[in-house]
Amino acid sequence: MSALVIPPTESLSLEQPKRKRRHDPTRATTSPLATAIAILIATVWTVPTIGLLITSFRPQADITRSGWWTVISSPDFTLENYVRALSGSGSSSMLDYFVNSFVITIPSTLFPLALAALAAYGFSWLQFPGRDWLFIAVFALQVVPLQVALVPLMQMYGTLGIDGTYWTVWISHTIFGLPLAVFMMFNSIRDLPPSLVEAATIDGAGPVQIFLRIVLPLATPAIVAYGIFQFLWTWNDLLVSMVFLGGSSGVAPLTVYISQLSGSRGSAWYLLSAGAFISMVIPVAVFLIMQRYFVRGLTAGAVK
Amino acid sequence: MLAVVVALLLGAASLARGRHGDRVRAIFFVGPTVALVAVGLVWPTILTIEKSFRGLAGTGSVSVSNYVAIFTRGDLRTSIINTAVWVLLVPLLAIAIGLLYAIIVDRTPVEAIAKTLIFLPMAISMVGASVIWKFVYEYKPTQAPQIGLLNQVLKSFGFETKQFLIMSPWNNLFLIVVMIWIQAGFAMTVLSAAIKAIPDEVIEAAKIDGATGWSLFRFITLPSIRSSLIMVLTTIAIAALKVFDIVRTMTGGNFGTSVVANDFYSSSFTQNQPGLGSALAVLLFILVSPIIVYNVRQLRQVS
Repeated sequence: MSALVIPPTESLSLEQPKRKRRHDPTRATTSPLATAIAILIATVWTVPTIGLLITSFRPQADITRSGWWTVISSPDFTLENYVRALSGSGSSSMLDYFVNSFVITIPSTLFPLALAALAAYGFSWLQFPGRDWLFIAVFALQVVPLQVALVPLMQMYGTLGIDGTYWTVWISHTIFGLPLAVFMMFNSIRDLPPSLVEAATIDGAGPVQIFLRIVLPLATPAIVAYGIFQFLWTWNDLLVSMVFLGGSSGVAPLTVYISQLSGSRGSAWYLLSAGAFISMVIPVAVFLIMQRYFVRGLTAGAVK
Repeated sequence: MLAVVVALLLGAASLARGRHGDRVRAIFFVGPTVALVAVGLVWPTILTIEKSFRGLAGTGSVSVSNYVAIFTRGDLRTSIINTAVWVLLVPLLAIAIGLLYAIIVDRTPVEAIAKTLIFLPMAISMVGASVIWKFVYEYKPTQAPQIGLLNQVLKSFGFETKQFLIMSPWNNLFLIVVMIWIQAGFAMTVLSAAIKAIPDEVIEAAKIDGATGWSLFRFITLPSIRSSLIMVLTTIAIAALKVFDIVRTMTGGNFGTSVVANDFYSSSFTQNQPGLGSALAVLLFILVSPIIVYNVRQLRQVS
């Protein structure tokens, strides 16, 4: 059984009818036990979120008095929690943190994208000494835990006089994102057919034109896939922002605010539930709209 | 501003001419990335390693005291044991659940939506996921009406309600559940794609040879998705090794739930012991370094 021989290639005439049999349910598992397991997993993966979502729409007094599952017998919904979370108490409102998250995330996504696209082209299509060695070095840095870089980076930012500003997170996210960005784009840019580049060269295009007119458009799927990765990563990041920005509403993102709220007012569920969903709206929307690209990026390296 | 920088780099690169044109162009294409990771990753790593050998404050004379502390101080040892449990349990269970689910829903009419349900936790932050699960674990005395789902279940079956996040050492498992909840979708997506990439002919040939159910999985599916399995395993293991957000948000590292990355944060930024923090960061670095070596070897084989 373990020494199974795979017939190398079959003639096309044999392959056609086989494709039709793809919908033959021989591969689909339909035993009742398997179905029950799948339903159980799907339940555990969705009910916690649904519970908090329902809670976020219940009146504050109800949340602490009864479980969210009681809404079936006594439905009573309000938007009050969202209004209070967004308008905030006193000086700071969640709206500020929401804006901060955007201000942090957008440059932190675009910087590494632009730099990595340039670098990936250089590593795959330019000839220069030490190229392979440099690429392997950048690639290997992917797994370096960012913890080893945080404290020295903080001191550098202090010396530069930019500590506590958005520059610290923009630069840090760019640096931490670059190794993976270069690797993902290198994979797609290297696989472009050399004949395309040669043809363009014959037509008189220089490397810069080739990069802008041919490589960039063809690498769009990889650029989008990485862009979604980096967007989700920076939007959802807690550590980098906590270290470089602290908790003030002037600069800190939503994640820092929610994490602090969970520590200091852990039983204020009317605020926590609404706040958590406000922080999730953007990444979930991006994810659902771009799911196809995201999954492609995720599986690109893995299936090979 | 970004556009201006890129335009300047490209403009400078387009001026390069002649036999060594590529070398000059490479400076503008590759240079910024190499410079940034050198200054922002490589150099800081060297500084951190140095600091880790210079006492609690990271400025004293050279000694190994921080590394001794990691393995002898009770609280730090707890963190190391906890981290080991995270690294062991999270990848195993996330992969087991993800793989099982991928196989069951494969080619069923509800496949797309069923997968999205499991994958969605990947999109939300670990902070958000922690809040969701903290509410599941919410404690009220047994007599009181319950608002946490898990305690309601216990109560319905006639048990006393529990303070899940405080009861050490079991509270660690309740935190680990959150990470599995997040990572199973990743495992499922990658492994599902790998399963679909197995040629139909292979499956059919195996079936003709009499393989069914378990033996089909054991001898055909598993070997075929081996490289994807390794990739998922290492990715999730690294994520579990560096886990911080969940612990910080759910317990703040209290009640015996701290992990290495959380101690790193506390030592470096709240307890004013950057030397010890550096040693913990170096420990994380040492633990992932075999994976770096493995990855580079794989890359060399491919190219």
